[in-house]
Amino acid sequence: MNKLELQKTANEIRKGIVTAVHSAKSGHPGGSLSAADIFTYLYFEEMNIDPKDPQKSDRDRFVLSKGHVAPGLYSTLAQRGFFPVEDLTTLRHVGSYLQGHPDKKHIPGVDMSSGSLGQGVSAAVGMALSAKLSNDPYRVYTLLGDGEIQEGQVWEAAMFAGARNLDNLVVIVDNNGLQIDGSIEDICSPYPIDKKFEAFNFNVINVDAHNFDELADAFKKARECKGQPTAIIAKSIKGKDVSFMENNAAWHGSAPNDEQYELAMKDLEKVGEALCQK
Amino acid sequence: MSEIKKIATRDSYGNALTELGKEYDNVYVLDADLAAATKTGIFQKAFPERHIDCGIAECNMVGIAAGMATTGKIPFVSSFAMFAAGRAFEQVRNSVAYPHLNVKIGATHAGISVGEDGATHQCNEDIALMRTIPGMVVINPSDDVEAKAAVRAAAEYDGPVYLRFGRLAVPVINDTPDYKFEIGKGVLLQEGTDITLVATGLCVSETLEAAKKLEADGISVEIINIHTIKPLDEEIIVTSAKKTNKVVTVEEHSVIGGLGSAVCDTLAANYPTKVMKIGVNDVFGESGPAVELIKKYGLDAESIYNRVKEFARA
Repeated sequence: MNKLELQKTANEIRKGIVTAVHSAKSGHPGGSLSAADIFTYLYFEEMNIDPKDPQKSDRDRFVLSKGHVAPGLYSTLAQRGFFPVEDLTTLRHVGSYLQGHPDKKHIPGVDMSSGSLGQGVSAAVGMALSAKLSNDPYRVYTLLGDGEIQEGQVWEAAMFAGARNLDNLVVIVDNNGLQIDGSIEDICSPYPIDKKFEAFNFNVINVDAHNFDELADAFKKARECKGQPTAIIAKSIKGKDVSFMENNAAWHGSAPNDEQYELAMKDLEKVGEALCQK
Repeated sequence: MSEIKKIATRDSYGNALTELGKEYDNVYVLDADLAAATKTGIFQKAFPERHIDCGIAECNMVGIAAGMATTGKIPFVSSFAMFAAGRAFEQVRNSVAYPHLNVKIGATHAGISVGEDGATHQCNEDIALMRTIPGMVVINPSDDVEAKAAVRAAAEYDGPVYLRFGRLAVPVINDTPDYKFEIGKGVLLQEGTDITLVATGLCVSETLEAAKKLEADGISVEIINIHTIKPLDEEIIVTSAKKTNKVVTVEEHSVIGGLGSAVCDTLAANYPTKVMKIGVNDVFGESGPAVELIKKYGLDAESIYNRVKEFARA
């Protein structure tokens, strides 16, 4: 996909996020929207996956360590053809396979159940280790929240990955700067994030999470790096492209009502129209 | 008379893993800087490339095992019961059990028989914690023979299994030609009519000793060894309770939430029976030689004998 196509896809994914969360009347739109471009790049450019064969053995693995942004992952998987886009409106409904947090047993394309913060990254490290032990060529990607890295388990996992030189692992930190209770800096600052990962023997790349050129370059560098895992610290805007959600911690974990939903979709339509003018 | 052979079930664990390693090339063993104590060092010596020392980070170790299991490997994660079931409880629940991954948890140094290390390392709560998790199999073998059979059965079973082992050498009691291990099946060790003794782990041999004295006093004792606490063999317990109408449970675990509670749950629902729970009361342990602690906390044959005798006659 070229850059414009990626941007258009991300815009569709964002519409799916807002629609799913509105339908669920709960969920986490802010961090889903901030990570939408990262999801898009991973699933439409970077990863070796096949929607028709979600379990193919040589597939690249993805673990959503910040599992609460499941709407972002689901909307991406739906756009990529793992399941129907229409199913997104069943999110968090009783009986739906689209659970509030990723559920590997029931959702095509989900490699690991997650949602309890700090745990997904360890599973991703386990997958990467497994590939190394068996000389399998697949790569492993995991997305963490910047609030999530307050969890000690993240650093246990980072220490292990760095010590074991797992260069088939890419950790992406969605650095939108906000967590439920407010600014990550005010609550318990994890900064400097890059220096911390460097200290754990990671190849660290700082990028703008909404710039596909920078994302492409970062993932390319990650592939080229030997002997070290890569951490991509992606500076993002929480609630990206929905004007009233942008940079507002209140939209970390609440759903838009009908009126807000209309406004949000209008914002996203506008972004989509602007892309069509290009 | 020759001494009864005694082996700690943590040794059985290390030896059984090494045997498995020869047959299964997808068995991997993870440890958290306790390979010498958990006896996974035995496996490490034979298969260094399949032994992963994760350092002192049990939560991460359990998560790594979960990730490995998604790729078709059979990881055995090993630590003391306190850390495997206690510290990493939530990782076991959410990263292993919720996705029902094929991870085996080898928890050594369970119960007060840890001895001198004292209360911080004496886990009397692990069975309670593990049996509340949906889909978790919980096994507490009574001796070397059973422990080795349990490790093999766990490897053959597809799903999460919690295996509980001890530090203290305990008598080998199952070394018989007809011994058979099946997950979820209780073992009727002795038939009797007056009272049912349901024991697990190292308390099985103590209970067998106690039973000899009870029989000498004219009390007819039925003895059941429950190696699998979940899924519990309800049938063997209910059938026996119907016969004796009096049940005693014996375990090296808190009387809250362990074998005693599991047996009471079953009997309450199927055949309400008077039950006495022998175990570690609602207290922390302390430092001391294991054998002395077992006496002090009332889990030795003599204490079991005294309490059962009183209960049988009440």
